[in-house]
Amino acid sequence: MTSVADFADTPERRRAAADRLFARKRIVAFGIPALVLIYLAYIFVAFDVPGLAERARMDNALILMSDSVRHKVHVTRDNRNGAVSVAIEGERKGTWPAGQGPDWVSLGETTVIDLGRGHLVTYLPDGSVTFAIPDYGTIRAVPGAEGITVDLPPGDVPAWISASDTRLGVTTPEGRLTVTRNRTEVFRYFWGWELFFFTLDSPFHGKGPGELLGLALWQERLDPAVSNVGAMWRGFWYNSMWRHADVAWAMGETVLMAFLGTFGAALVALPLAFVAAGNFAPSRWLRFLVRRLFDFVRGVDGLIWTIVLARAFGPGPMTGALAILVTDSGTFGKLFSEALENVDDKQIEGVRSTGARPVQRYRFGVIPQIAPVLLSQVLYLLESNSRSATVIGAIVGGGIGLMLTQAIQTQKDWEEVAYYIVLIVLMVVLMDWLSGWLRRKLIRGD
Amino acid sequence: MAEITGSGPAGGVGNVRADYLALVRRRRIYSGLLLVVFVLLFVGGFRIVEDRNAGGLLNGLPQILDYPAGLLSEAWARRDRLPGHIATHFRALLETVNIALVSTLLGSLAGTVLALFSTRGLAPWPRLIPLFRRLSDLFRAVPEIVIALVLIFVLGGGPVPAMIAIAIHTAGAQGKLFSEVNENADLRPVEGLASVGAAWSQRMWLGIFPQVLPNYFSYGLLRLEVNVRASAILGFVGAGGIGYELRNAMTWGPGRFDEAASVFLLLFVTIVVVDQISSSTRAHLTGGRRP
Repeated sequence: MTSVADFADTPERRRAAADRLFARKRIVAFGIPALVLIYLAYIFVAFDVPGLAERARMDNALILMSDSVRHKVHVTRDNRNGAVSVAIEGERKGTWPAGQGPDWVSLGETTVIDLGRGHLVTYLPDGSVTFAIPDYGTIRAVPGAEGITVDLPPGDVPAWISASDTRLGVTTPEGRLTVTRNRTEVFRYFWGWELFFFTLDSPFHGKGPGELLGLALWQERLDPAVSNVGAMWRGFWYNSMWRHADVAWAMGETVLMAFLGTFGAALVALPLAFVAAGNFAPSRWLRFLVRRLFDFVRGVDGLIWTIVLARAFGPGPMTGALAILVTDSGTFGKLFSEALENVDDKQIEGVRSTGARPVQRYRFGVIPQIAPVLLSQVLYLLESNSRSATVIGAIVGGGIGLMLTQAIQTQKDWEEVAYYIVLIVLMVVLMDWLSGWLRRKLIRGD
Repeated sequence: MAEITGSGPAGGVGNVRADYLALVRRRRIYSGLLLVVFVLLFVGGFRIVEDRNAGGLLNGLPQILDYPAGLLSEAWARRDRLPGHIATHFRALLETVNIALVSTLLGSLAGTVLALFSTRGLAPWPRLIPLFRRLSDLFRAVPEIVIALVLIFVLGGGPVPAMIAIAIHTAGAQGKLFSEVNENADLRPVEGLASVGAAWSQRMWLGIFPQVLPNYFSYGLLRLEVNVRASAILGFVGAGGIGYELRNAMTWGPGRFDEAASVFLLLFVTIVVVDQISSSTRAHLTGGRRP
């Protein structure tokens, strides 16, 4: 930066120069924020931010937030044959055996569903349904072949009831009732992730932690063939709703992709880096060639490599690992060759003076100098690659990235999405911690 | 006591030598073990992923160049159409670059705030420093794709979900880097300003920013390189831009390879150009500060 004193000698000229400097700085100080604002205004229009308000589905956001921490239980009557079934999230895997249900549903000729705080839904034997709501009255609906006949208490219809000839919907904080010609359905919401540990068919379902501990440690076997701990583990691990075994596999795959890609890239890049480093290169042309190769591999970018490799190797985790490997060998090649160019020649000369051959000179003169730098770079990229592997997994179809995109595409398994997100964040934090710990352990040696 | 001092000098050299050799041996055994564990993990891991992949490594290797060769030869055979294709897809490219630029800008601004709030000596509320540190850790830990996919469900497809996702990640990353820069800043200007009664914002604006802005800018440019790639990838999962075109291009068979090639070419050239501009600007920036 030019200082004021450089081109001014008299006080007046100095003052004038200082004024000019200030004026220029003022223009910069106001000009750059103004340019940024203009650019943001352009983006505001180009990205159609005003239109976003219309397109945004806030109801989706609500569903997402409530479904990721709550679950609902469906009590469904098929109006064609009168059969009543109780199912968690309405899924087949979470359905109670016929004639059974939780304690707030009493099944029988007349099914009474207690939604709490006086809200009672009754499925009557004649096919009709009543919903008793305190402070409002009783709603009665009769589904028939021509449509639904609804009896509401006298007065205005509140906003939380939607009634038409074909569909009745009643939404209360305690639960929801929908009636159509084919089915009558009640949803009751509960906090938490249901069936996370054991599904309904497991003998351990619905038992508290103390009871489970007792079963595990001293009580008699529920199934004489296997120990209780073994059965518990199997029930949890092969849980058909949450698929813990598959999720663990997917996480392992993602970490493996990052591990193989990063270390594979380091192994490929190390010898090439010697060719590309100015002080080790056997020939200038070769050096130029290898450097351009590194630039090319980095410039083509992971996404393009992923696609090209997926064409050759098909979808799967190996393609992801190779994509990371190829991209990062360019990055490592550049970083390693820069590290090599900064080595101290004195150590190499010292080793040479003892009569060491070239291989020994590299081993004892060069490697000890660069190993900490290299290792630190490798571990740093390992951490960032565990994040990339999630994304690449979504593209090549492997690992937790794939499970996450699939769960989001169903647009209803939000509790699973939340579970995967928690796992991914934990994995990234763990890899971050591990790479930091290894760096300290291996490099500083404490 | 006497025995120890007596035997010390006599056995000392031999002991040191033996100790040293034992140390070397032990270290060799440790390094050897580490190497064996590493090789086992590497080979075992590779066999697992190869097993779970659709095609094996050896089957795929000969085909690796088929796709690029097909693309290039067809693009060359119909090179007269390339300008047209490039013009068609240029809008998508502009969107990708814009996403990267805006998210770098907004993310860096948020990162600046996070960094100031989490640097000792600069934070207006020193008690909350750990909170803001964890916050930037959290922002950094959540992969962009997670936020982007969730936001696409709420906001619909388009550039805005990708922009927000990348900006959040950028804020976390810059929050950490910027606070490292801040820690090296000279606090004397801040103290001077405080002594004349400057408010916190004035102390930061006049005392800290002139010292750290060149470094911030340099990190911002580095981040831009990363974010161009990230925004292309997010396009691939449905956030629009060149990534989306790429996803379509991937499914095109022979006959449309020339168009696919032009999409690849656009992305490649963009990344190279952004990298070049960024690195030459950074070189200029650090070169300019040298005395």
